[in-house]
Amino acid sequence: MQDSNTGRIVGVNGNMLTVEFDTHVTQNEVAFAILGDERLKCEVIRVRGQRADLQVFESTAKLKIDDRIEFTDELLSVELGPGLLTRVYDGLQNPLNDLAEQSGFFLQRGVYLPALDHKAQWDFTPLAKVGDKVKSGDWLGVVPEGIFKHYIMVPFDLQGEWEVAEVTAAGNYKIDHKIAVLKGKKNEERTVTMVQTWPVKIPITAYKEKLLPTDTMITQQRIIDTFFPVAVGGTFCTPGPFGAGKTVLQHALSQFAEADIVIIAACGERAGEVVEILREFPHLEDPRTGKTLIDRSIIICNTSSMPVAAREASVYTAVTLAEYYRQMGLNCLLLADSTSRWAQALREMSGRLEEIPGEEAFPAYLESLIAGFYERAGLVELNDGKTKGSVTIGGSVSPAGGNFEEPVTQATLKVVGAFLGLSRERSDARRYPAIHPLDSWSHYTSIVDPEMIAIARNVLRRGNEVNQMMKVVGEEGTHINDFTIYLKSEFLDYVYLQQNTFDKVDGATDKERQQYVFGKVVSVMNSEFDFTDKDIARRYFLELRQMFVDWNYAAIDSAEFKKLEAAIEAKLKEHCHA
Amino acid sequence: MRKVYHRIIQIAGNVITVEAEDVGYNELAEVTSSRGTSLAQVIRLQDEKVFLQVFAGSRGISTGDQVRFLGHQMRVSSSEDLLGRVFNGRGVPRDSRPEIDENLIEIGGPSVNPAKRIIPRNMIRTGIPMIDVFNTLVESQKLPIFSVAGEPYNQLLARIALQAEVDVIILGGMGLKYDDYLYFKNTLDEEGALSRSIMFVHTASDPVVECMLVPDMSLAVAESYALEGKRVLVLLTDMTNFADAMKEIAITMEQIPSNRGYPGDLYSQLASRYEKAVDFDDAGSITVLAATTMPGDDVTHPIPDNTGYITEGQFYLRNGRIEPFGSLSRLKQQVNGDTRSDHRTIMDTMIRLYADYKETLEKQSMGFSMSSWDTKLLKYGALFEKRMMDLSVNIPLEEALDLGWKTLAECFDKAETGIKTDLLKEYWPQS
Repeated sequence: MQDSNTGRIVGVNGNMLTVEFDTHVTQNEVAFAILGDERLKCEVIRVRGQRADLQVFESTAKLKIDDRIEFTDELLSVELGPGLLTRVYDGLQNPLNDLAEQSGFFLQRGVYLPALDHKAQWDFTPLAKVGDKVKSGDWLGVVPEGIFKHYIMVPFDLQGEWEVAEVTAAGNYKIDHKIAVLKGKKNEERTVTMVQTWPVKIPITAYKEKLLPTDTMITQQRIIDTFFPVAVGGTFCTPGPFGAGKTVLQHALSQFAEADIVIIAACGERAGEVVEILREFPHLEDPRTGKTLIDRSIIICNTSSMPVAAREASVYTAVTLAEYYRQMGLNCLLLADSTSRWAQALREMSGRLEEIPGEEAFPAYLESLIAGFYERAGLVELNDGKTKGSVTIGGSVSPAGGNFEEPVTQATLKVVGAFLGLSRERSDARRYPAIHPLDSWSHYTSIVDPEMIAIARNVLRRGNEVNQMMKVVGEEGTHINDFTIYLKSEFLDYVYLQQNTFDKVDGATDKERQQYVFGKVVSVMNSEFDFTDKDIARRYFLELRQMFVDWNYAAIDSAEFKKLEAAIEAKLKEHCHA
Repeated sequence: MRKVYHRIIQIAGNVITVEAEDVGYNELAEVTSSRGTSLAQVIRLQDEKVFLQVFAGSRGISTGDQVRFLGHQMRVSSSEDLLGRVFNGRGVPRDSRPEIDENLIEIGGPSVNPAKRIIPRNMIRTGIPMIDVFNTLVESQKLPIFSVAGEPYNQLLARIALQAEVDVIILGGMGLKYDDYLYFKNTLDEEGALSRSIMFVHTASDPVVECMLVPDMSLAVAESYALEGKRVLVLLTDMTNFADAMKEIAITMEQIPSNRGYPGDLYSQLASRYEKAVDFDDAGSITVLAATTMPGDDVTHPIPDNTGYITEGQFYLRNGRIEPFGSLSRLKQQVNGDTRSDHRTIMDTMIRLYADYKETLEKQSMGFSMSSWDTKLLKYGALFEKRMMDLSVNIPLEEALDLGWKTLAECFDKAETGIKTDLLKEYWPQS
């Protein structure tokens, strides 16, 4: 290998460069296009003969034929170490706040800053001893990062067994300080610091084994936890047309889901939505820890007007950071909004490469890339054989025209464990969260008894049928029993499926409360009523619904809660003989 | 003096190819033919070949015509002198006054760092109840008006522009009918707003490709004004023409189309324009209102569909009225909590009852019998359409809210509205 491997530009087409290289190139290695003082980051995506095609993570304006290219011989990588939490990065792990300080309002191209603070001191405690046999992913020491124990690990790229030759004593160090020296089988030495780099497109697998996700991840959203649960270490997707509330749902999950670390990848969506997170998270309290939400979050923000190639990288950057924290035995939730924009970035590049297109011009390898991405989720057992960590991935999908029969949605549905389909019909009716209760599904275990769910689902299904029928024959032509089923399904919808995410109490319903309230709802479903008149039935359910809604808004330990519950019990005795 | 090239080796659609050296991507060139001079932009470099998109179109260009590269990208002046002026799609004055070449800035600049944005917080008052009450427009919002050809969307844009409290109005017209251009000009003039307006107008008779520069020029100027602390409102009409021009170039360049012939980067292209809407930390703001005509009234058509995913809501203009359903301002929650205590309640209640009215209307048309409640709804629906939805209504928000209470009181009794008791006490009209 030589120090400066270079090439020259022979073609520019949008954000793709064609380059004639001098010696050799590596697929997916990073290169820089040199434009005066600016160095524009690129990635090799195809090699043909002596020419390579590079995607540029910046605007290509002003680049000329014969401009110089420098290859780095390194794959596109991220820096991993203490200090990642609370940070806001772009798709290439550039810290946006530092960029703002340096370049002001706009994202100047060619400016790259270190992802981690290399000056901050961390309080290091060694865990390994000299002579210990270790392998990649083993813990050598620990530093506190906020409320978390941030373990310093044997670099993930080391193969086989190594011996600890030196360990640094406890103390305050910067991240580049030597933490340990490891010795390999052939006596080769490797110095370990608190920071390591890892190529984003390769999964981190320095754990013992991958396990089956079994535990439910509590999201505090009733329709999810009860009807369409998500598992710790599982995957789910939320497709929906624009305006159906995908982003609001993702924000709710990012606040209320019971995960240790939340990583938000705002991928090709509106900047305004990220700004809300950026500005609000530092002030919102995390009810589980008493700290603010930003203390457990990393935000990857590559919004729609930022360079497209970096958008493609952003989901990989995000999942790599999640995998890193999983190696410390933490439960990480990655929310990617939206994976369709990522797929579109792939499509743009594929078009420039003049590849033979698949459906809707998406590349033929779209499915395998989507599958590969979601497969990076999972519950794992670490090297010590007892600690578990997990990455849960939730991707929103923005199907063109709201039609789920399109390639990105279909490819995603094949690989996820839960499908939370948002519907225009429900959002138009202001029924939020607009997850469709009849179309959605989940393979994971609910927090309530499956028999109770079967009862509730049956009512929803039949209620829907009656509603369809009523549109044809009118209310007059509907039998009172059918009409009651319709009212029951509407009741269930209003008081349980719908949830006001902007309300302090109703916005987050914990597991115990869900189980308790759902029991009550199911008892209403099971009740037989003796209505003779539809108007009376309607009024009865309206009143009951109002009481339940008020009940949802009352804190569980309040006197109001007890009072409303008693009132509901009394109300249930009317017209009811069950 | 830069080198002049005389050999055009390919002319296809509005794209010409020359062999040239030392040309930068996106750079501009001047193509001089016997029919005059046109600007062209480099859209691809391949070995010694340079592909140029000719803004005036390639008609009449001969293989021996001159191509001179200018060594810079498309620029536009950001001087104060722009106020009150009208330019065409290339930035050349349309109003027979001198050209302005001070403070030239490049168009299509980099994206704003999300860390320098702030959460929008100021309402823009328009005097239109369907906007002010039900879908409040917020400073720095990007919002399209979805409609079909023939709807008065330009009139609506002009009205909002005149009534909005902003410092500068920038109109970007793409494929504008000459009548519409004159309408904008005369209306702004009559209302005395011309002196705070700048117009970049590409009319339907101008070369198609020229309209592709209009949004970038309008927004680049808007950005430089906003950085000086001004509140700028940008009107773009009609973005469908912009997208169609992009489709034309993409197909000429033999790009693989993704959906109905539109290029795969339609979303990114639209987003890079709309995302210029911004509220700066310690500076001004840009609000973008755009007209998007939906081919065949089909919201799933790629243009409105991609737009909807980018913008912060949308107004549907149908039968000369802003539709209460489907129309949405995603930012309204940021401001409508601080206007008046009854704002959100009136907004929700009136829309809910109007939805009930629509259902009753359906029942009526199917011949089902009308109950007394249905009769009340029918009365309410008619009043709502007359007092709130009619675009000729022009009243401030507070008056519109009062009118809302009046309408409710005329049609229903208190309990039927389902409004919280304390609000009823405060606002229910005493008869």
